[in-house]
Amino acid sequence: MIAAQAAPAKIRFESVGKTFEIRSGPFVAVDGINLDIAAGSFFVIVGPSGCGKTTLLRMAAGLETPTTGTITIGRDRSDRPGNSMIFQGDSIFPWMTVYDNAAYGLRMRNAPAREIDEVVGHYLSRTGLTKFAKAYPHQLSGGMKQRVSIARAFANDPEVLLMDEPFSALDEQNKTLLQEELLRIWEETKKTVLFITHSVDEAVTLGDKIMVMTAQPGRAKAIIDVPFPRPRKVLELRATPEYGELVYNIWGQLRDEVLAAKAGEAADAAGALR
Amino acid sequence: MIAASPESSSVATDPIEGAAAIVFRGTETRKRALSQGTSERIMGVVAPIGVFALWELLADTHLIDTRFFPAPSSIVGTFGTLIANGQLGANTLISLERLFWGFLLGAIPALVIGLTMGLYRPVRTLVEPLILGTYPVPKSAILPLILLIFGLGEPSKIVMVAIGVFYPVVINTVSGVLQIPKMYLDVGHNFGASRWNMFTTIALPGALPFIMTGIKLGAGMGLILIAIAEMIGAQSGLGYMIWNAWQILSVNTMYVGLIMIAILGFVLTLAINEIERLLIPSRQDR
Repeated sequence: MIAAQAAPAKIRFESVGKTFEIRSGPFVAVDGINLDIAAGSFFVIVGPSGCGKTTLLRMAAGLETPTTGTITIGRDRSDRPGNSMIFQGDSIFPWMTVYDNAAYGLRMRNAPAREIDEVVGHYLSRTGLTKFAKAYPHQLSGGMKQRVSIARAFANDPEVLLMDEPFSALDEQNKTLLQEELLRIWEETKKTVLFITHSVDEAVTLGDKIMVMTAQPGRAKAIIDVPFPRPRKVLELRATPEYGELVYNIWGQLRDEVLAAKAGEAADAAGALR
Repeated sequence: MIAASPESSSVATDPIEGAAAIVFRGTETRKRALSQGTSERIMGVVAPIGVFALWELLADTHLIDTRFFPAPSSIVGTFGTLIANGQLGANTLISLERLFWGFLLGAIPALVIGLTMGLYRPVRTLVEPLILGTYPVPKSAILPLILLIFGLGEPSKIVMVAIGVFYPVVINTVSGVLQIPKMYLDVGHNFGASRWNMFTTIALPGALPFIMTGIKLGAGMGLILIAIAEMIGAQSGLGYMIWNAWQILSVNTMYVGLIMIAILGFVLTLAINEIERLLIPSRQDR
């Protein structure tokens, strides 16, 4: 069990596991995750693809039910939604304008019109989308669409924010820009974030703590503190030697898992050939 | 060295600082493309006009039997007469009215059932065999049964149109909902959309392009069926007008009825396209 230091746990995973029934039998995606995520912290889970990190996040979001264990999200206010997710890839509705997309969560819980206007207006301006409020998603670039997704999640004012590789489909330049914007907006709100990525760079850039996951089945391999001060500037941070050292260390932890995941795939392929 | 004459090719050599260079010159293809579009539009009108002119000529010279193929000019005359005495207007109006009510009676349940089938798998597995099983029955073959059940009055015509509209709308609505990426449904659940909101904010708008296709097909089917239904059990409407014209051998009136149905179909398609444009603003400038 990894205990939180000073702040109380906002998200608590207690021996959480998930087993899928697939044709060849039970498939253990996630196994025995015990984790406390401190309130107001930016927590990143990094792991090789197929390690069950997305499953873990979807369980926290309530989109999947754990096979074993419990996930608890602490509530400060009963009128607030428990979580809002920023999804991987295109998740904003193509039939709604940017404004309507960003207002979606608030509308779903019947927030008063004035509050919607105020909150959505604020986050559209923070994400640089004010000019595009009436535009439809097909008129936007990939980076802009993901900004709408960020605005939608923040505007919903949830207890915790869950992010599932939100920038993985973007090019390097856009990724860096959006990481910086996300940090800026997050630093204003200080909401608890659980962020999933396969990129060590992204994890070190954004996170307060990083959990490295093992390849299938997904288990917690290590938890690493990121000591860099905030507010952070992405490019300046990346230029420091401490940054490079930390990325190198985490890569060391992750390399075995990536290789293990690869070996597993190769074994599966060989099995299929036989 | 690439040799080409500037008149015939866009690639030519130009001696710059003694070396050969390849130069791309813009050719004025835009003007030509424009005039090509215009000429195609003209050709699209030329063919029908040509057919009518030939028809007129052959009828006037009695090379074709004018009892079956009356001259277009005489059909236009009958058209005028039928407008003047109010017959055409009254029959068109009553057909439109039946189409309208039949359309609502068919499309609304089709939408509700289709969306429910699309969103809820158990409902789909239960209802789908019923729909796919009855779909291949020719709708015109059901007419006697419908007349038996609903009588010779208005309801039987309206029900015939409704049946014709129902199938394409329900089938397209189901496929429309099924092609909505699962992620959008996840977003709905994650942002606390109620059951009703899942219908109104995701299933319906997400399936709308498919639904509009179903509605277009349904409108065409409705037009076919209203003509058939009015021929058999009615005393009014365009179908009746055509059938009655056959019985009294007023061939000109028959042609007027056919032309009117064609116009109706054309206008209906335009109207639905316009509604589609208003309903799906996200597709406007695609």
